[in-house]
Amino acid sequence: MSYLNSQDIHQFRNRILSISGEDASKCIQCGKCSAGCPISPEMDVQPNQVLRLIQINDPDALLRCSTIWICASCQTCSVRCPEEIDIAKIMDSIRKLALEAKGPLGEENVVKFDEIFLDSIRKRGRVHELELVMKYNLALRQPFKDAHLGPVMFARGKLGFLGHKIKELGKIKEIFQNSKRLLKP
Amino acid sequence: MTESSHDENIELMTYSEIVEVKGFVGNFDVTIRKKPRYVDLSKCTGCGLCTEKCPTKVPSEWNLDMGLRKSIYKPFGQAVPNVPVIDKEHCLFFTKGRCKICQKLCPAGAVDFEQQEELVTKKFGAIIVATGFTQFDPSVYGEYGAGKFKDVITGLHLERMLDTSGPTGGHVVRPSDQREPKNIVFVQCVGSRDESKGRPYCSRICCMYTAKQAILLKDHYPETQSYIFYIDIRAAGKNYEEFVKRAQQEYGAIYIRGRVSKIYEKGDKLIVRGVDTLAGKQVEIEADLVVLATAVVPQPDAIELAKILNIPYDQYGFYSEAHPKLQPVESVTKGIFLTGSCQFPKDIPDSVATTGAASVRTCGILSKDELILDPKVAFVNSDICSGCLNCVEVCPFNAIESTVVDGKTVAQVIPTLCHGCGNCASTCRTSAANVQGFTDDQIYAQVASVFEILKKENLLELSE
Repeated sequence: MSYLNSQDIHQFRNRILSISGEDASKCIQCGKCSAGCPISPEMDVQPNQVLRLIQINDPDALLRCSTIWICASCQTCSVRCPEEIDIAKIMDSIRKLALEAKGPLGEENVVKFDEIFLDSIRKRGRVHELELVMKYNLALRQPFKDAHLGPVMFARGKLGFLGHKIKELGKIKEIFQNSKRLLKP
Repeated sequence: MTESSHDENIELMTYSEIVEVKGFVGNFDVTIRKKPRYVDLSKCTGCGLCTEKCPTKVPSEWNLDMGLRKSIYKPFGQAVPNVPVIDKEHCLFFTKGRCKICQKLCPAGAVDFEQQEELVTKKFGAIIVATGFTQFDPSVYGEYGAGKFKDVITGLHLERMLDTSGPTGGHVVRPSDQREPKNIVFVQCVGSRDESKGRPYCSRICCMYTAKQAILLKDHYPETQSYIFYIDIRAAGKNYEEFVKRAQQEYGAIYIRGRVSKIYEKGDKLIVRGVDTLAGKQVEIEADLVVLATAVVPQPDAIELAKILNIPYDQYGFYSEAHPKLQPVESVTKGIFLTGSCQFPKDIPDSVATTGAASVRTCGILSKDELILDPKVAFVNSDICSGCLNCVEVCPFNAIESTVVDGKTVAQVIPTLCHGCGNCASTCRTSAANVQGFTDDQIYAQVASVFEILKKENLLELSE
């Protein structure tokens, strides 16, 4: 068991502060975030526990947890927090750090899904559902997952063979470039 | 209260308010407005016949609108003096020129609709402020449904219901359907310890009164189960910790550590969604009644009164003490003392203690013929003073007044109000206003001698 103070106890809190501008020290662990979070029953680390682990400089569990990937960013936590901490923003910062750490992720499939989804938008301006489904299934090595839904969705016009491209695709590319630029520490 | 109304050394002026305070410690001139109650204090015997026969019924403020009172009424049973007041806004005579039943029936002929307000000005040596507190309005928390859901009430509502002389005769019932609740949820820190929508401070009294209410409920209604959502339990008093433990162990109150995020209606019940941070999971409780422990805040007219009294207050409207540790019952203004929750939330033992302290400090002033003051006060040289009176504007303690000396308008410092801050001295263009021992000439002389020393020790570095 390593000592809690084998490293600078403020290290991770300062890291999150510089990335997100949010100070986890303000949290008094009242738990209102966890109480209101609609996804909380499915989370391995509760929202208030996320803040606690930042406070005591224990980032390992956070970088590996499922919580940050199943967080819906609904911001119920941020809006109701009595200390006015933007908890959803902190979740986002930990997601960034988790990707940078390149270690095992709490929800590999969620990350794969997000990446394919965003890639589709970057290329076309809109997501191409068929491309998303096919690429996701391939990534999961489950080519026939949900295949039974295909015909019905085609029939109802929910699944086009060809994707759409928006008119001003350049603007979308700009957004992606800008966000890459803003993410630099 | 009754004892104080009969004491020969106390003149009790109820239904009165302070209009103006002039002067300074030992010599306050206070103007008081005695509002008309339309009942003659000297004649009324307190028989209560007028109240019994009055035809109009109005929601009772004392019972937080849970019951009714008459237009001629006493706010509560033990009110002192035992004399009713007529509510002009609802009395049929004052609003429509009718009725007058109370006057017709009063055996002492005490009802007097012609009564006028009276303004009296008296001299006082000292003032003690004990204006207390009121409740924070929890309806700002839309997620809790206070003010929207009938069965979401405050701790004070529960107190009124528990009172046998209250609106429900001592029966705790759900306001929605008057049925007895089985599962009661208490939510602590509503409006307290909240930087966003409430007050950042802890209101001090709620942990203890909630434990008390949980004990009383279990005692009166053994089939009830109380659940108390808390962040911390503040029980720092003699036997306080043991009291809370009793609520948990002997009276079965379940304490859940975590703030409540949402309360919503489901059928005729209320669902309270909170969290147990110690167990690490979200919890939901199906409640019949929800009691919010709301924050303690100053009275709505606290700041107005502070301006009349000329005492400073903080950003919440609590009156400022002269020193938080060494002078907790004295206001910054000399001769005015503070006690009770108008200075900061307090429970009964603390209020009694601070009142004793304030009273004794007052005796310290009233028992002497002279007061010893700090000599570091300001003075105005009336020969140099131009009479611009700028110093009067900038004095934070209202300690400078204009006066006439040799036919000339000049400023004059009232030494007993002055705190020696020096605002007047720095504002005065002619250097007429100065603080004793720190006149401009004295300060120049000090600076000059420091430079002498530096020059002698070759420590002086002058830029080119």
